[in-house]
Parts: sequence; C-alpha cells; structure tokens
Amino acid sequence: MRVAVLQGGRSLERQVSLQSGQRVEEALRRLGHEVHGIDVDHQLVRTLIGLRPDVAFVALHGEDGEDGTVQELLEVLGIPYTGSDPGSCERCWDKIVAKRVLSDAGIATPDAVSVSSSALKQLGAADALKAIGDRLGFPLIVKPARQGSALGLRTVRKPTEAPDALIAALSYDRRALLEKYVDGHDLSVSVLGDETLPIVEVHPRDQDPYSARYTIGQTTFTCPAELDPSTKAAAEALARRAYAALGCRGFARVDLLLDRATSDLFVLEVDAVPGLTQTSYLPVSAEAAGISFDALVERLLELALGDH
Amino acid sequence: MTVEDPDSTAPGARTPAPQSAAAARSGSTARPHGDLERYTALFAQRTQVMKSSAMRDLMALTERPDVISLAGGLADTTLFPAEDLAKVLSHMAAGDAARALQYAPTEGMAEIRPCLAAVMAAEGTAVDPDDILVTTGGQQVIDLMCKTLVDPGDVILAEGPTYPGAVPTFSAYQADVVQVEMDEDGMRIDILETTLEQLEREGRTPKFIYTIPTFQNPGGVTMSLERRKRLVEIANEREILVLEDNPYGLLRYEGESLPTLFSLDEGRFVVYGGTLSKILSPGIRVGWTVAPAPVRQKMIIGKQGSDLNSSSMSQLFVAYYFQERDWRDYVQRQSDVYQARRDVMLTALQEHMPEGTTWTRPKGGLFVWVTFPEWVDTTDLLARALQHDVAFVPGRAAYLDGRGGNSMRINFSGVSEDDIRTGIARISSVVAEQMELYASLTGTSRPRSGGTGSTEPQSDPGTADAPVVPLRTAGRRRSNG
Repeated sequence: MRVAVLQGGRSLERQVSLQSGQRVEEALRRLGHEVHGIDVDHQLVRTLIGLRPDVAFVALHGEDGEDGTVQELLEVLGIPYTGSDPGSCERCWDKIVAKRVLSDAGIATPDAVSVSSSALKQLGAADALKAIGDRLGFPLIVKPARQGSALGLRTVRKPTEAPDALIAALSYDRRALLEKYVDGHDLSVSVLGDETLPIVEVHPRDQDPYSARYTIGQTTFTCPAELDPSTKAAAEALARRAYAALGCRGFARVDLLLDRATSDLFVLEVDAVPGLTQTSYLPVSAEAAGISFDALVERLLELALGDH
Repeated sequence: MTVEDPDSTAPGARTPAPQSAAAARSGSTARPHGDLERYTALFAQRTQVMKSSAMRDLMALTERPDVISLAGGLADTTLFPAEDLAKVLSHMAAGDAARALQYAPTEGMAEIRPCLAAVMAAEGTAVDPDDILVTTGGQQVIDLMCKTLVDPGDVILAEGPTYPGAVPTFSAYQADVVQVEMDEDGMRIDILETTLEQLEREGRTPKFIYTIPTFQNPGGVTMSLERRKRLVEIANEREILVLEDNPYGLLRYEGESLPTLFSLDEGRFVVYGGTLSKILSPGIRVGWTVAPAPVRQKMIIGKQGSDLNSSSMSQLFVAYYFQERDWRDYVQRQSDVYQARRDVMLTALQEHMPEGTTWTRPKGGLFVWVTFPEWVDTTDLLARALQHDVAFVPGRAAYLDGRGGNSMRINFSGVSEDDIRTGIARISSVVAEQMELYASLTGTSRPRSGGTGSTEPQSDPGTADAPVVPLRTAGRRRSNG
C-alpha cells in the first residue's frame, strides 16, 4: 500500500511530530508498505495530488495537524487518513470547545473560565479576574485554549501571579483557559478503535503535577496503572464516553484526573492526534496490551480504511 | 547551537520519559515499555540532566527558512571569497595531500601553531607556539577543562548569564555551577569574592572560574582592566584556575583593546581558550588552548580519548591560508561589516523597543543582551515571535539556575542589515502587544509602543545592581505614557 506520512510542518510541536513521523515510517517499511514521508509545507496539496497515496498517516501535531485543517484537505482530495475527522479534531484541539461538549454530555471536567486577549483589552475583562479567582479558588491552572505539549501552561498559586500566567498563555493563542486545580492522580487512557488500552498513571516527582508532567526526566509512569477494579472500569467508561462525545474516530488519548480526596474522575482533555514517539503514552499502552508498535500502526491504517 | 533548558520546572516535551525505576517499583504488574525501556535502563546517571525541553524544540524552529533568526551566533562566511578558498585548498592538496589525509599529533600540527600564536600576538598576548594545544573548536577547550578538573558536584564559577553552549557541557560533567552577576564592566568581582568566601565557609573549593572577559556571550559587555587585574590576583591568591574563553577579542569596533587575563597572569593560573570560528570559519572546527604544563598534559590525554587529533585537513588549510593570504585583512573586513550591523541593531532597538526594555551596547563581538520587565517570559515570547517569523535566544538558556527568564540574546553578525531592522521591529511589536495586554491586566498605564519618537541615545547607565547594567534604555517616557 502507498502510505503518505504527514509530519513536521510549521507548528511549535514540529520536533515532536518529526519524531512520531519517523517512527511511523520505520514501522510502515517493516510492514512492507511503500512509504512517503512528507514534511508538510506550502506544496502539500500538490504533493498529495501527485503522489495519490492509498492512505495518509497523520503524524502532524499542533496547529494544522490537530485542529482539523489537514483532515479537511484530505477529505476534499478523497484520501483516507488515520484518526478523527475535521470536526472532531477541531473540538478536541480547542480546550474551551472540548469542555463545553463534555459538559453538555454530562461528563465531569474541572470547572474553567475562558478569557481572550480582546476581552482583556476591549472589555475590561481584567476586572472579572477576582470573581474568577473566587469561583475557581487557588491554586488554579492557566493554559492556552489551543496548544499542545503543555506549552504556556502555568500554575497560579495566588491572585498576583495571574497576570504573568495569562500573558504566558496568551503568547500561544488569543484565548486562554483558567481552570480549577484538582489535586489528583494523572491517568491517561488510550482508546484504539472500540477498546481502551491499559491505563497509564503518571507519577510526577515534582510537587506540582502540572509542570512536572511534561518535563522529560522529571516524571515516571506505571502501565498498567495500579487501580482498584471499579476505578479502572469507571476510568475506562469515562474515557470511552468522552471519546464518543467529541466524535473521535480510530484512536485518541484521553487524559483524566482521579481526585485524591474524593476519588472522583475528571476528563482533562482529549488528544485526537496523540504522540507516537518513544516516550508517548499511547504506544506504551499498546505495548502493555501486547500490541507492538508495528501492529499498532497497521491497526490504525485498517481503521482509517475501514471508514472509507 | 545546542540549547538546553536548565529550568527543571519549565514545561517540557510532549510526554515524559519513564525511568526504569517506574517499572521496578510497580513490580510484577509492570510490563516492558518497549524500545524506550530497553535503552533507558542502560543510560548513565548524567543523562538525567541532559533534558529535552520546550525551549530546545522551539529553537529548532528558528531554522525555518522564512524565519529571520537573531538566535544564531555565526560568523558571516559569505564574506569569505570563494576563489580564495578554492586556491588555498588546491595548493594544500597539491603540496600536502598525504599529510592532510593522515592522522596528526594530538597536540596539533607544527605548521598551525605559529599561526595561532600570531592571532594571540595580534591582541598583545605573547605565547610560545610549542605551548599551544590545538583543539576541535573552542568548545573542546571547555569540555577538556571539565574532563580534566571536574568531578560530579564540583563547583564551577561562571558569569550570569554565561555562554549557552557551555551549559550542556557543565551539565554533562554534573558540575555545580554558581553564576556571578555582571554589569557594564563585566563580572562583578566583589560578588565573586563574596561567593568564594561563602563557598570556602561551606568547605567547597571551586575548580575553575569560566569567563568570557571580552565582548561576553551573551551579555555583550567587557571586563574592565581593573577587574581583570583583580581577577588574576584572586586566582593567584586562592590558587584556582581561570578559563579565559576569548572567541571575539579581535572583533572590536571601538575603544582600545585590553590585555587578556592570560597575559596579565603570564600563564600561571589562567588557561587560555581561543578559536578561529568567529574570525575565519566555524566549519573548520579549529580552536586551541594554552594551559599550565600539568593541566595541559592532562588535557592532551583527555583529547586522545575524545578524538585523537583535530582535523589534519583543517589544520593544514589554516597553515596554507595564513601563509598565502592576509588573515588580518579578512578579520578587519568582517569587523567593518559587523560594526555596521551592530549600529543598525542598536538604532533599531532605540527606534522600536517599548519603554521598560533595556539592552547592552557591545563594543565588539556578536551579541546584544536585551532585558524586559520582570513579568515577561522570553520562552513564551519566542513562541509568539515565531508566529511573526522572527527568533532569538531566550535568556534562560544562559543560566543553569532558572534565571534569565525576562532576557534574550540577539545576534547581529550573521544577519543582513535589512533583516536586522525587520527582525527588531517584529520582536518589538510582539513585546508592545504583550505590554498592552499586561497593562490591561494590571490596570497600569503603559505606552502602546516605542514608536519613532526618540532616536536620541540616553546616557543613563541604569541601575548598579541589575544583573547586566543596561547601557541604553528605550524610548524616553512620554508625557502621555
């Protein structure tokens, strides 16, 4: 089969994407496919028209790859592709939209308020910060609405730290999210087709789970996570509900928090184009389920073609 | 350039690396994590500090062709006449092909040493060519110095900010780096002395003091003669080594040149590190060191283990080049170009940067160090700047202790004058936009942008206790500010 592996691009997550893409290419070659790695640029559409691949493997993270842009183009060109459709990608990529969809579906997610740079400049939204702080309490989390890899994510411990954190978050997107802090276990549930894979529990060494979470060398994880059977079942069910509510297809990674005090589960976000690097959770989960990386890649291709 | 993020709390890569301990702790329930698990179990302890980081991933984006990158630290090799390179290389090939293709002594080839001694002499530093150890770039001097002197946990003193490229080297040797503030006269020697006393009380002796006294990278400042003398005295009194890294000394655009630390000390406690990267070519990877004999001996053994010898071809090329061409003339030509670019950059900063921004005014070298109000985070700012196709080095890259978050390093040597103007204008507009946002968040009044109101330089030298004393501040306070 002729497979185009879309990767790289201009986004801030270019490096992560190139790592995912390279690993996928290697696996596809081992599987005997005709592989074409494409570093996404101005020529993308022309390249795809010339190449006529049987299927496109989307290993493109960040803007363009995760927000549905590339998926939309692939739809127009009639090229089957891995992962979710444009609408679903868009919903997952924008954390504010995702939260609304999840809430509407009755899925628990930490309370949050969004603020845009124009609301701050034009509408005096800064005057609402006190009310937001009162509602969410401290510490709280500030992050850009649309940006992966925890870039621009800060923990705000007291009101005076909020402006700096908002400036940081708004460096990445014009809207930022202020989110209630939940002191909980970080769980990551990968969904592949109709099944959930073994749950990853992340153990940040740092006091602050949010900042430690994404720093290589600062975090360890356990897979499968050591959870009691009812919690495990509840986490899997919640992940599947979130996956369905956002309309995901093929695969996705659902990040959950398990409240240390109450054992309540919250959906933090859903990643429609999860990383496939050596350190990414989804391939680790697959391996724990006895699915090798090559088998995972093959399965993702099958899922892509099955829908078309 | 490699940039490591020394801030362990900074947001890092997309997903964390599991440690083998994770599997061990979770006991029988743990399953192998595939490729990763297979290799990480074999990694040395010191790789723990060799981190991936958001900053490093962002830095990779600065190489996009549509980005004006002020993040580099490059000599402009387009200034070197291609026909000169062709001729010199062909003469070398005709005259010395076998030796160019052969191994060379670890210490360096006999022909190149007088050339390197001549470079030092041009700065008034006399040295016996036989004392020169040729290295693979100036970077290897830093590496060999650490390899020779540093055990895990040993203290190295360095300027704050320091050369970002030294940060991964210091980290790899698990050094405990203590950074000493600078002002417009370079490293604050009074703070250095207090720090040394403090370390002595704690029973810790620093192995060496790493300094770039002339046109410091990234600070852009130069150590005064008085401080040079005092630093050499301290080294002799306390019997600790100083590594004088001097890549830019000959790239002086104004003022009188100052004696090197090495010449003041006469080679007792100062180890000299030189390189041709900034005055001839970084591609040939030719640097050198002059060190006290016992240190030099150990460095030679260390170098044997690293690479046996530096490229014979590069060394012979240098020897032929120095024989056939006027190397000083080429340095002068580069200096003229870089000086013009520096002036364009300083003018553009003055024109565009919003109030509250300060920067150094280098008399030579390649870099300007810019400092923003404390709330600015230049790693986040870089993400925003990249959306506007412009890049710089976030200040945190120049510290191992998480400082520098509101500063950036910008380079003028490797960028055209037009690109410098456009690049500075773009960065300034991003900063101005953030300042406006900050003003609306905090209810403080700030100017919307620097505008073109004032291009007249201010003489205000800034406050004495700032990490790097600003030599110029942006746009004067306007009455409506």
